[in-house]
Amino acid sequence: MAELLTATQATAGAAPSPPQPRNRRRTRRNTLIGWSFILPNFLGFAVLTLAPVIAAFGLAFMDWDAYNTPEWIGLKNFQRLLHDESTKIALRNTAFYAAGHVPLTILAALGLALLLNRKLAGVRFFRAAAFFPYITSMVAVAVVWNMLFNPEFGPVNQFLHAIGIENAPGWTTSTTWAMPAVIVTSVWRDMGYYMVLFLAGLQAIPQEHYEAAKVDGANAWQRFRAVTLPGLRPVTFLVLILLTVQSFKIFDLIVVMTDGGPGRATLVLSQQIYRQGIVEGEFGYASAISLLLFAMVLVLTLTQFWFNNRRERS
Amino acid sequence: MTTVDTAARPRSARGPLRQITRIILYALLIAAAVAILIPFVWMVSASLKRNNEVFTIPVQWIPQDFQWSNFADIWTQVPMATYLRNTVFLSVTITFLQVLTGSFAAYGFAKIRFPGRDVLFFAYVATIAVPWQAYMIPQYIMMQKAGLTDTFFSLILLQAFGAFGVFLMRQYYLTIPEELSEAARVDGLSEYGIWARIILPLSKPALASLALLTFVNTWNDYMGPFIYLTSNDLWTIQLGLRSFVGQFDADYAMIMTGSVLSVLPILTIFLVGQRYFIQGIATSGMKG
Repeated sequence: MAELLTATQATAGAAPSPPQPRNRRRTRRNTLIGWSFILPNFLGFAVLTLAPVIAAFGLAFMDWDAYNTPEWIGLKNFQRLLHDESTKIALRNTAFYAAGHVPLTILAALGLALLLNRKLAGVRFFRAAAFFPYITSMVAVAVVWNMLFNPEFGPVNQFLHAIGIENAPGWTTSTTWAMPAVIVTSVWRDMGYYMVLFLAGLQAIPQEHYEAAKVDGANAWQRFRAVTLPGLRPVTFLVLILLTVQSFKIFDLIVVMTDGGPGRATLVLSQQIYRQGIVEGEFGYASAISLLLFAMVLVLTLTQFWFNNRRERS
Repeated sequence: MTTVDTAARPRSARGPLRQITRIILYALLIAAAVAILIPFVWMVSASLKRNNEVFTIPVQWIPQDFQWSNFADIWTQVPMATYLRNTVFLSVTITFLQVLTGSFAAYGFAKIRFPGRDVLFFAYVATIAVPWQAYMIPQYIMMQKAGLTDTFFSLILLQAFGAFGVFLMRQYYLTIPEELSEAARVDGLSEYGIWARIILPLSKPALASLALLTFVNTWNDYMGPFIYLTSNDLWTIQLGLRSFVGQFDADYAMIMTGSVLSVLPILTIFLVGQRYFIQGIATSGMKG
């Protein structure tokens, strides 16, 4: 998403200048040809994505369910949102998930990238293996990890028993441990993807910087602190934003792995939108929750945009 | 020069230390690989066991006797063939439409200058930044009013015209030198001819990236089919897999057999087209 924004910016600079009179015919021709290329995709896009995005804003201010006609009610949906226990729980759970998922994935991905950014026999195999979970279907991931986390017979708890932990957690059957189980699963799934981004960042650090640090007598740890970490700062920031946005949108893993349970222990925002809007048919109220989710994502995206701008100027 | 360099280094002093670092590195690598691969080992191992042998203490990583019959039985115990056919149909159709309309529209955005073009492209990019959960309700209402819920049409329409394909292809087209299109224009080729005969053949890597990413995304998609497809005979593999779970007497071995079957095609595609995956994902910095 970060690159998306920088990309538009780049084109904005190269915008076509206003047409000269003698060019007018050519401009008209180009417009027709241009639109003819874009139209097949644009028709689908406008009706099925653009219009719903715009409609979502309007719906949030309406009272509309599956049976009645829509009615404008101003901010009432948002007032309801503030007092709805389920939505508050969903918001809290989403934040909890992000607070675990973001730092752990960054650590795991960075660790993998540092480990795999060298010429070793089999390094290509390791990279591929680390990436593969990211494109494994969420259903397969969720059902396998549910079995691994089985409180009585699962390998995770058998391992914990073996190293002397008496009261191993009940994982997905426990209201306290269900979310940590989801977090572990999602870190395992996502770390390979962010590893790829970190690897690209590591390879962009000039080799001469390391050589210079060596000449100055820096040991491996000092080189890591003085060269690697500062060199990775832009990538780390990008990863931080992407991961946080991804965490706020968490949906399918939860639906398959715990379905929000036990109780409402793992209910998250996306699921609350689905339940209110599609299951209950409360279109207006669900759209208000959608706007909340969108606002959270937007703030992050704009931060990233602002940061990129500042970095390009300096 | 390089020979002098290595010869000048005091090898004997660094040798043992290097050796130890190497051993530690490999130990770390193997530990990481085990952590990454264990869920897959469990999946394959459980898929080849009897159901009552899946959960044992201690864990049996290699089945006592291999139940290859699981892979034959699954086709008769559940409508696996129907699920597979539906998944293939949806993935192929959506990928084809996305690549076709995406690469066509991208040409308009990358190679033709006309007023309003950049505003339009901004609308595309802006929607990528909006989480789809935020507009899933209006989309659902629309599909419901059009009577398209519980049909393949709804999913094809929703996923075939995404902004992602246009974005990915446009970024690639911008790297193709303008002189090529100019030369072709001088030779009298129309814009459509330039797209078909010059730009498309040059963008095979990007087309491969887009096709693979779209195919895998559609194949793995759970939420789309979950929201829109209710009839069992329209279900995809992912919905089918999910439906094995949840009943009290869950057939664990069969669930894992189904998982292996659903992951195998993706593994094959990944092994063949790994390069395009990583490139596509790294250049777009998004998905998911």
